[in-house]
Amino acid sequence: MPSYTLLGQSALSGVFIGALYGLLGLGLTLCWGMLRQINLAHFALVFLGAYLTYQLAAAGMDPFATLALTVPVFFLFGVALHWLLARFKVTPLNTLLITFGFTVMIESLIQWVWSADFRRMESHYADVKWKIGELFVPLPELVTLGIACGLALAAWAVLRFTDFGRAMRATAEDAPIAAAFGVNDKVLSLVLSGLCAAFAAVAGMCLALSHTLAPSQIYAWVGVVFAVVMIGGLGNPVGPLLAGLVIGVSEGLTMAVAAPAWAPLVSFSLLIAALLARPEKF
Amino acid sequence: MKFVAAGIALGAVPFLGLPAFYESFLYLVFHWVVLATSWNILSGYSGYFSFGHAGFFGAGVYTAAVLAGKLDWPFLWTLPFAAAVPAALAVGLGAIIFRVRALRGELFALLTLAVTFVITTVVLNTPVDGGPGVYLSAVSMPKLAPTPSGTFYLLALALAVATVWIAYAVYHSRFGTGLFAIHDDEEVAEVMGVPTYRFKLAAFALSCALAGVAGGLYGVFVSYVTVGETFSGWTALYVILMAALGGTRHWLGPALGAAALTTLLYVFTTSDYAVAGRAALGLIFILVILFLPQGLLGRFAQRKALPKRAAPAPPVSVAAKGSEPILVVRDVSKAFKGVQALAHVELEVRRGEILGLVGPNGSGKSTLINVVSGHYPADGGSIEFEGRELVGEAPHRIARAGIARTYQIPRPFPQLTVLENVALPPMFGQVVMDRAAAEAEAWRWLEFTGLASKAAHRPDALNLHQRKFLELARALAARPRLLFLDEVLSGLTAAEMDEAIHLIRAIREQGATIVFVEHVMRAVMELTDRVVVLTHGKSIAAGAPRDVMRDPEVITAYLGTAHA
Repeated sequence: MPSYTLLGQSALSGVFIGALYGLLGLGLTLCWGMLRQINLAHFALVFLGAYLTYQLAAAGMDPFATLALTVPVFFLFGVALHWLLARFKVTPLNTLLITFGFTVMIESLIQWVWSADFRRMESHYADVKWKIGELFVPLPELVTLGIACGLALAAWAVLRFTDFGRAMRATAEDAPIAAAFGVNDKVLSLVLSGLCAAFAAVAGMCLALSHTLAPSQIYAWVGVVFAVVMIGGLGNPVGPLLAGLVIGVSEGLTMAVAAPAWAPLVSFSLLIAALLARPEKF
Repeated sequence: MKFVAAGIALGAVPFLGLPAFYESFLYLVFHWVVLATSWNILSGYSGYFSFGHAGFFGAGVYTAAVLAGKLDWPFLWTLPFAAAVPAALAVGLGAIIFRVRALRGELFALLTLAVTFVITTVVLNTPVDGGPGVYLSAVSMPKLAPTPSGTFYLLALALAVATVWIAYAVYHSRFGTGLFAIHDDEEVAEVMGVPTYRFKLAAFALSCALAGVAGGLYGVFVSYVTVGETFSGWTALYVILMAALGGTRHWLGPALGAAALTTLLYVFTTSDYAVAGRAALGLIFILVILFLPQGLLGRFAQRKALPKRAAPAPPVSVAAKGSEPILVVRDVSKAFKGVQALAHVELEVRRGEILGLVGPNGSGKSTLINVVSGHYPADGGSIEFEGRELVGEAPHRIARAGIARTYQIPRPFPQLTVLENVALPPMFGQVVMDRAAAEAEAWRWLEFTGLASKAAHRPDALNLHQRKFLELARALAARPRLLFLDEVLSGLTAAEMDEAIHLIRAIREQGATIVFVEHVMRAVMELTDRVVVLTHGKSIAAGAPRDVMRDPEVITAYLGTAHA
């Protein structure tokens, strides 16, 4: 039996990786649940955001300040993407295919500019860590956790309490009826798609803070994040975060108790059990 | 026949003495043809998207790897097991997944994705692989062609031809028709007699078995298998992309998509400008999907109707109108989360009659139809049809017993033509018909309802009146002995209503017993022999129409209590 310190550290790193799952899942779940777009390109955007952060930081910018540039640019990309998909009335399945096309293009772009080698961002945040009791808490991961929680709660609050959010939910449920009640569903959808892409920029910055980057890594996240999104409930902004934390922690603990390679078994067996026991909850 | 011809023509390639490169490249094309086509048999036809095809493919890879690589079995003997293991996994998984009624397509996709992770982890951590991978270079292959690559080529070719033929056969069979109906509206398919649970399970098993054989062959072809390569997310994604590119509603679509994508990938990624080539590939992909959203073969996906053939007139079995009960409902209750939709309902339908079932909105009429047809399980009570207990029976078995229904809001299968819609129930009815006989039967009912000129259209080309008649035609094509009509007249103009009333009379002449749910009192009075009134889920009156309508309790239910 491993020591409590090891268990605690494993659980903590599970929380951190889970926060990143949740942050990646946030834009995906809103697009999927509210716009019926399965945006595979979200992962490529996150990596593009991470590489841009890496590049700007190398030029001397503070990683957090890079958001001032990446967020507006990504927002516009999100708007343009939705305009294209809406213009051609693309079905949900076909959005998966089209965004796969974008994924391949963005991946090629990354590989062309930054090569296929691994890159690691140098920043003065990278080595900052605190010792709380027996546990080490690194700053970049803590920032990621904070941002993931903050954005998820903010998105939830906006959807729940503001006119924009109410109109958006009405549009997601029945766009023609919402339009008949005076909701400008077209503009709303464009804005939401832009926001989802902006979330990808933020997630990309967090990824650059804590992870080593390579174009091939884009696909490493797809499986788990898709699972997190679907467990969390499509369109639910807090769902991916909670599901991400559960999966992250159960992976972390499995790694500590058994071999690291067993980690996916526990989380996905949990998922299958939950789905079959309470399918109406999902 | 054309499959055999194509197979023989391509089978000559290894004997032409071409460089081994061509055989290996074509091997890969066939490999992806098998994977994409097998994926499509479940996911394209029935609409249940599997993200786990890599898992079942991998199960096949490792079955063959263990048997041939570790236990030294002769290679060809491992292939049946490479099919059986994934199929068994699929049946086990499907038996659990498909029993959960609330499971939507998205959850099926998620579960198959999760199962891939589980299979991967188990293979990685057990002696099946254990981490370092399995070497298969020592496996002895049967010598079918002058070169080893020729042998792989021939085996993959045989498998690809067989897989495409299976997809073709399923597409044109009853089984395939059932899967397409499941794709469009699973509930209606089940009520029309399609055994949806068994069909989904069979399609899942077939799909996984074929992927498994492809895996068994692939492992020996690459001669060294690792967990990372075998279960890579790319496999699951590629099969979906290939099928969608070619067209998921056509039996040949996935094969075409597989050939196109494999070739493009090869051309672009091996050229001097590999990175730019990949970007171009992405762009081509986007443009194809934008401008051909149904896939390359999408426009050919409409099945050709067989030449029109008149059906023999049905045996006129005009049952003597009498007091013999055909359906007896006793003490049936149904509650939805505290709302008592049906409370101890008693109802008797007599053979040959038209029974009017009336009551205010929300009185439980439609719920009663849903309970009798098996869509909702009854909470208690008994429903006997011709002496046979229906409570607890699956809806498709109730349909086969001879009960049909229409929906108040028409629910045609949107992607099937009007003819295919009407031909579906006879294929799954009391007497199972093949497609030709079912279409002949369908033509009869299309003419009966005046829809023959619309046979080749999709239902969305019909107006409400025609859709209502399509519902009728579809119910009649099952040749039910008991027919539930759920507000067929609502929304029709006076003239259309007269036409409908005339039709319903004609239906009864042919021997069907009818339960007629309607708000239009004129029609109820004109058509029915007896009337039963439901209110708040209880039957409060039964008898001749004129007597029932004068019953004070009925008047109260409809109009409220008189205070004057």
